[in-house]
Amino acid sequence: MHPVDRLIASHRLRIVEFTPFVVVAAVWFLFDDQLAFASQVLITILFALSLDLVLGFAGIVTLGHAAFFGTGAYAAGIYAIHVSPEPLSGLLVAGAAAGAVGLASGFVILRTHGLTQLMLTLAIAALLGEAANKASFLTGGNDGLQGIEISPVLGIFRFDLYGRTAYLYSAAVLFCGWFFLRRLVHSPFGRSLIGTRENAARMHAIGAPVRQRLLMAYTIAAVIAGAAGGMLAQTTQFVGLGTLGFERSGELVIMLVFGGIGRLYGAFAGAALYMIAQDQMAKHDPVFWNFWIGLLLVLVVLFARGGVLGLCDRATQAVRSVWTRSR
Amino acid sequence: MIESFTAAAVSILFHGTAYAMVLYVISVGLSLTMGLMGFVNLAHGVFAMFGGFATVTLMNRYGVPFGFALAGAFVIVALLAIVLERTLYRRLYGASELEQVLFTIGIVFMAAAVARKLWGTATQPIRVPAILTGQIDLGFRAFPTYRGFVIAVSLCLIVTLWLGIERTGFGARLRAAVDNRRMAEAIGIDTGALFTATFALGSGLAAFGGGIGADILPVHPGYATEYLVYFLMVVSVGGLGSIRGPFFAALLLGIGDTACKYLVPELGAFFLYAAMIALLLWRPLGLFGRA
Amino acid sequence: MTPRSMLVGALTGLLCWLPAAAETVKVGIVNTYSGPLAAAGEQMDRGIRLYMKLHEKELPPGVTVELIRRDDTGPNPEVAKRLAQELITRDKVQILTGVVWSPNALAMAPLVTEAKTPFIVMNAGTSPITARSPYIVRMSFTLWQSAYPLGAWAAKNGYAKVYTAVSDFAPGIDCEQAFTKGFTENGGQIIGSVRMPVANPDFVPFLQRAKDARPDAVFGFVPAAREATGLMKAFGDLGLPQAGIKLIGTGDLTTDEELPGMGDAALGVITMHHYAAAADRPANKAFIAAYKAEFGAKEEPGFIALDSFDGMAAIFHVVREQGGKMDPDKTIALLKGWRYDSPRGPVMIDPETRDIVQNEYIRKVERVDGQLRNIEFVTVPMIKDPWKVFNPPK
Repeated sequence: MHPVDRLIASHRLRIVEFTPFVVVAAVWFLFDDQLAFASQVLITILFALSLDLVLGFAGIVTLGHAAFFGTGAYAAGIYAIHVSPEPLSGLLVAGAAAGAVGLASGFVILRTHGLTQLMLTLAIAALLGEAANKASFLTGGNDGLQGIEISPVLGIFRFDLYGRTAYLYSAAVLFCGWFFLRRLVHSPFGRSLIGTRENAARMHAIGAPVRQRLLMAYTIAAVIAGAAGGMLAQTTQFVGLGTLGFERSGELVIMLVFGGIGRLYGAFAGAALYMIAQDQMAKHDPVFWNFWIGLLLVLVVLFARGGVLGLCDRATQAVRSVWTRSR
Repeated sequence: MIESFTAAAVSILFHGTAYAMVLYVISVGLSLTMGLMGFVNLAHGVFAMFGGFATVTLMNRYGVPFGFALAGAFVIVALLAIVLERTLYRRLYGASELEQVLFTIGIVFMAAAVARKLWGTATQPIRVPAILTGQIDLGFRAFPTYRGFVIAVSLCLIVTLWLGIERTGFGARLRAAVDNRRMAEAIGIDTGALFTATFALGSGLAAFGGGIGADILPVHPGYATEYLVYFLMVVSVGGLGSIRGPFFAALLLGIGDTACKYLVPELGAFFLYAAMIALLLWRPLGLFGRA
Repeated sequence: MTPRSMLVGALTGLLCWLPAAAETVKVGIVNTYSGPLAAAGEQMDRGIRLYMKLHEKELPPGVTVELIRRDDTGPNPEVAKRLAQELITRDKVQILTGVVWSPNALAMAPLVTEAKTPFIVMNAGTSPITARSPYIVRMSFTLWQSAYPLGAWAAKNGYAKVYTAVSDFAPGIDCEQAFTKGFTENGGQIIGSVRMPVANPDFVPFLQRAKDARPDAVFGFVPAAREATGLMKAFGDLGLPQAGIKLIGTGDLTTDEELPGMGDAALGVITMHHYAAAADRPANKAFIAAYKAEFGAKEEPGFIALDSFDGMAAIFHVVREQGGKMDPDKTIALLKGWRYDSPRGPVMIDPETRDIVQNEYIRKVERVDGQLRNIEFVTVPMIKDPWKVFNPPK
């Protein structure tokens, strides 16, 4: 197949790309007593997708992505308490607030590189965390934002104890987010991000507005992360300081790396596998769970740099070469 | 009024400096490894943590006197660092920043879990020798003796380090390799051995800092993640590869943080992060960093 | 789902259809097993395990209690809420218990009401918790129960000026308000106050501030265990005892399991609490002996271990009375007004508020047989939670 043909084919939506949503539907039928947990997984996948845009496509290493998630969560929570308990408008507010923070902070961090950039992402997230902590009249401080009540989605679907509405809500928003991001990364804008990641100098040389595009990508990612955070606030009716914390940012990077960065579907694989593994392991040995994660991380970096999807690629390649050789 | 203001100011300077000295002794090794090897080592706090644990264990379980326990911690952790560098870190020298970050985070997780398994979750109680407890009365104010000890010992250590880097052959080779590694290799400096030696030195210093600073930064299994931000702050504000930069950065951040907590406790750590952002924007390479 | 797990599921389902001679009461425990604050969780787990071991045989024949443990990793309300939701919907527990941290308990309250699952609080001490749901019963303490009478006692016993230094979260603020009210109502003067960050390595700047204000005493509150030792160290290092400034607070300052390591700075520190391991009540002596037999002769139980022990006693009481067939409303009714002779002294569950009513003791730290211990010297009997008295439900 001509290389260009392959590239064009990958832009088009293939049937296999709907697999994650087949799984989402299957979970609804097979695991209906675990929907609360499953909706958390879906929210985290959306969050991971937004990180993939920043880290995988734009190549910005950040350890403070939770800043946007937390901003969205608090925005949605505060909106629900003080303005209106309607969820869909709350989601828009969450995305907008996070986007504003993303634009401002992106402006600041994109002037730097390397360790300095990393430190700034950390510092901005820490700063927001402190602000949320101190502004306890608004955010509940260390005790978290309580008393959020969300009215039924579209006036019909009430958020229940078993998480059914939460699951459908999260799945719908995730689908929209995924669809949008997929179109984005296969557009000229998306391709230019990849170009910047691979060779920024060359992008400058061909006159591409590099800084502008990176800032736009960073802001879009912030909006999506904020929407994910808003969903968390609405489905759990609670927001804690942990939504902004370093642990959440770090955990997300690890999830994405496990799945495979820069591939969109790595977010699905990584987030789902990590959260399920954590849930299971926490029951058996909550104390030593971190050790295995650390070990897995070291091994992935040393031997399996593409994460789970990278391993799948290698496996399919191996199978394919055996197949062609045998003919 | 003036008297109580100066008294408060002196107290803040003193405590802030003790805090800053501990931060510096721990972080200087990180500055060296990051500047020399270009390696983002987020696991640096692990060496300080194990230094603290080693000191406490040597003293409490084996009855080793304080001074020797600190020296012992230095040696043990330096050896551990050499082993880690030769086996694992080496493989990732050319790797991308993201990979180094992930790798070292993985090390942090494993170390924390191991520490928890070996020493439990409680903070390690450190019993300093009796002569170092209590207060020294300097007439106008009394100060905790131990913190004075920390400042004094740290300053001696720092002066020795600076002289060592400026005056010895090893120091000269180190500075050459930091400035321009290819050139240094071209004139026959064995950068591989230099890396290992520097890594060991930096980690040993971190261990010493962790042991002596156990009073100010309590030693417990979550140490490496909890204080990582502070070490990274000192190094990025000070400038990678610089010895002097982190010193001033540590003083700035240590005294500034203590002053804020004393004068405006409602702001908490806000100052620290805001100051760091401002400093990094003004000087992206750090106060004393080089391109 | 694998074929094998489906088979196991089917067989189990089949077995459940058989005439139930066995009743298993599932108890869900939300505790802190990992993270920097896991020491408190370990205390709680020990209390639970000890009670189970000692009293498992006292259950009616055919009735077993199954404990399902979940890790909230610290004061993380969103995690606790999710875990409670899973315990209720997935594991179908009949009783919820545990919870070290007040924010976690508060987040779980709406779920408890919606699912009608009785929740027996084993530690979290913020007063409004029991008011948040009619299915919550507390077996531990409230901070107002110790801080408020302490304020009153301090004002009447020679402390005219006090500086408060508490950790900046709900329990700390609770304590500050309770102490201030008790102290100022009885003629005392609060000359200054400071709130310290919860995750705080260094107490020195805050205590320096307190020292400079020259009070008679500093009222301190920090989350128990590790931070208490740090605060005590800073207190000693800064020379506050030498300057004639005393340290007073709730028992969180000198918890029995940390106290031996705190050094001489702790001598003379006065605290008020519902339990001291050094008390020589017969029930306590038996408890201490059993604790040391199980966990080691050098181990001292802290109040968290004791409160969890008693929490299990409450659970066993309702299980026994209902023969293993649990009805939520009956469970709550059984606990209202329940009296029990605990190692800490006599306790009762207030029928109106479902909160604990117990003795509070004022203790001083003294060196006994070479070890530091909290020695009780004043008993204030059967205190109800003062906060609820001042804030009746509207």
